[in-house]
Amino acid sequence: MAPDLRVRLGATELPNPIMTASGCASSGRELAQFIDVSKIGAVVTKSVMLAPRAGRPTPRMAETSSGMLNSIGLQGPGIDAFLQRDLPWLLSRGARAVVSIAGSTVDEYAELAARLSDAAGVTAIEVNISCPNVEHRGQVFACDPADSAAVVEAVRAKARHDIPVFAKLSPDVTDIVAIARSCVSAGADGLSMINTLLGMAIDVDTLRPVLAGLTGGLSGPAIRPIAVRCVYQVRAALPDVPIIGMGGVMTGRDALELLLAGASMIAVGTAIFHDPSACARILRELDDELLRRGVRRVTEVIGAAHDIRGAVGPRREH
Amino acid sequence: MTAGDHESETGPQQVRGTVLTVRQIDAYYAITIVAPGVAARFKPGQFVAVAVGGPDTSMLLRRAFSIHDVRPDHGGTVEFVFSAGGRGTRWLAERRARDVLDLTGPLGRPFPVPRDPVSCLLVGGGYGSAPLFALADRLRERRCSVDFLLGAASGDRVFGALTARRTGRSATITTVDGSLGVRGIVTDMLGQVIHEARTDVIYACGPMAMLRQVTALARRYDIPVQVAVEEAMACGIGVCMTCVLPVVGSDGITRMVRSCVDGPVFRGEQVRWDEVGTIPFDAFGAPGWEPKVRRAESSKRAGNGA
Repeated sequence: MAPDLRVRLGATELPNPIMTASGCASSGRELAQFIDVSKIGAVVTKSVMLAPRAGRPTPRMAETSSGMLNSIGLQGPGIDAFLQRDLPWLLSRGARAVVSIAGSTVDEYAELAARLSDAAGVTAIEVNISCPNVEHRGQVFACDPADSAAVVEAVRAKARHDIPVFAKLSPDVTDIVAIARSCVSAGADGLSMINTLLGMAIDVDTLRPVLAGLTGGLSGPAIRPIAVRCVYQVRAALPDVPIIGMGGVMTGRDALELLLAGASMIAVGTAIFHDPSACARILRELDDELLRRGVRRVTEVIGAAHDIRGAVGPRREH
Repeated sequence: MTAGDHESETGPQQVRGTVLTVRQIDAYYAITIVAPGVAARFKPGQFVAVAVGGPDTSMLLRRAFSIHDVRPDHGGTVEFVFSAGGRGTRWLAERRARDVLDLTGPLGRPFPVPRDPVSCLLVGGGYGSAPLFALADRLRERRCSVDFLLGAASGDRVFGALTARRTGRSATITTVDGSLGVRGIVTDMLGQVIHEARTDVIYACGPMAMLRQVTALARRYDIPVQVAVEEAMACGIGVCMTCVLPVVGSDGITRMVRSCVDGPVFRGEQVRWDEVGTIPFDAFGAPGWEPKVRRAESSKRAGNGA
C-alpha cells in the first residue's frame, strides 16, 4: 500500500513533505514547465524584499568538485510585484506558497510580514535571516541569538496568527542549537535549516577570485552531512519544533536521511539546477523508499534516528 | 506526475535522449541526440541545457549549448557543437552512440526573422557560428539573402567555413593567425562586407567582446543587429539568476535580465556592453536606485541648481 505522505504545516495539510528550497525555484513559474507545482508539498519562494533589488555583479556562480558557490545577492522584483504577479500565479495553479522574506533591518522584515498577512493564501512565512550574500556579514542576523530573536519576534508580531513563521538558520555558527532556541523563544513556529555556508573559489589560472562578489554560498551534496548534523542536534534539543530540512538533497534517500534526523519537511534546492523536475523525482523516490521499508506514514520516520530502539525497517544483523 | 502532464506546444521539454553520434570537427565536437519533442519545437537561436557527469556527479550545473541543427530522422534529432575545454565538455566528448543524456530544451528566445526579403549578414566567432546555419535556412525560406562573416583564432576553430562558402551568397573568413581567409578579426572586415552585401540586418553569435564590437559598428552604419549572447548559465530555465546582464527595456529602464529566458537573443543596442559584469548604478533595483519619476525630479532639481 502506498505510504501516507501527508504532513502538517501550521493549519495547512501538505500532500507530501517535499518543497522547493528558497532561491532555487524563483516563484515556481519556470518549474511549472516541467512539474505540476500543485503536487509537491509547497513552493518556497525566492526571498522577497521590500524594494526591487538588482543583486550582485557577475560571475555569480562557481562550480567546484565539492559543491557549488552562488553569489546572487537576493535579486528580485520586490514585495509589490510579488503580491501582484507571483503569489496570485502560485495560488491559481493550486500550489501552496511558503514565502521567504529578507530584509536589511528588523523593521523591513516586520513590514514584509504585515504585507503578506494582508494577502490571502500564504501558507507560511520563512524568515531568511541567514543569506550570506549581503554587503556586510554583520547583517547576517542568524549569526547572533539576540539579532535572530529580534527579527523573529517582529515578524511574529506582524504576521497573521494563523500563518506559521519559520526561521531559516545558518550553519556558519558555533552553536546552532543556541540560535534555534533563541528563535523559538521569540515565537518561531518552526525552523528551516540549513542555508548555504560561506565559501570562496579562486581561479588558479587568472589568480583571481572566481565570483565577482568574492565570497558565495556553498550548496549541493557536499553540505548534506552538515545539514543532517544541524537538524539532528536541533531536533534532539527541541523535539517538538517542526523543521524544514534542506542542504544537498539530491535523491529520495537523501530526503529520508533528513527526515530520520528530525526534519518533518524537506526542501530541494541545488538539485533543481541539475534537474528541473528534481522535486517530483525525489517525491517518487521517497515514496519508493518508504514502501520498501514497509512504512505506512511518513510521520513515523520523522526523527526516528533519535530512537535508539529503532522503529523503522528491518534491523541489520551483525 | 510525469513530464507529459506539462507538455505544451511550444514550451521546453526535459527529455532523456539517446546519443546517435559524437563527431570531432576540427577543434570542436558535434553531438547528435534523439529528442523528437525538442526538435519539433526548435527555432534558430534557441539552446539546450544538458546534465553532465552521470549519476552522483559533482558537476551540478547544466551546460548550455546553442542548437546547431535539427533533423527529422529517428523522429527528430538535435545537434549541438562544443569545445571540450572544461570538465563537463570533456565528459560530453567521451559519450558514445546509445549513451543517454538528460537535456532540456528548446530554451530561450529565438532570432526574430524579418518579414520582408532583405539582405542578412550572419557574423560568427569560433563555434558561435553553430546556430547561424539553421538561421540561414530559415532566412532563405523568407527569400532573404544570406552573407556569412566567420572568424576565429585559427582555421581549425572557424566552425562551418565550408558550409558558409557552399550555402552563403558570400562568405568571408578571418583568422588571427592567417591560416584561413583574411588575417585579422571579423570586425576588421565588417564594414567592407556590409558595403558589398548592402546589408539590411546583422545577426551575430560569439564571444561577448566580438558582439560588443559588432554592435558598435552596426550602430555606426545604422543597421539593426540581433546578438545571441554567451553568458555563463547554471540552470538554463530561469531559476538560478546566474546569467544576468544589463539590458535596456523599451521603457528606457535598465534591468538585470536573465540571458536564458529573456535572451539569449537581444537587440544589440539594448545590451549595455560597457557594464556587462557590473550592476549599472541606474539599473532597476541597484543600490540607491529610485523609480524613474522621482529620479527625473531630482535631476531637474540638480539642473536648476547648476
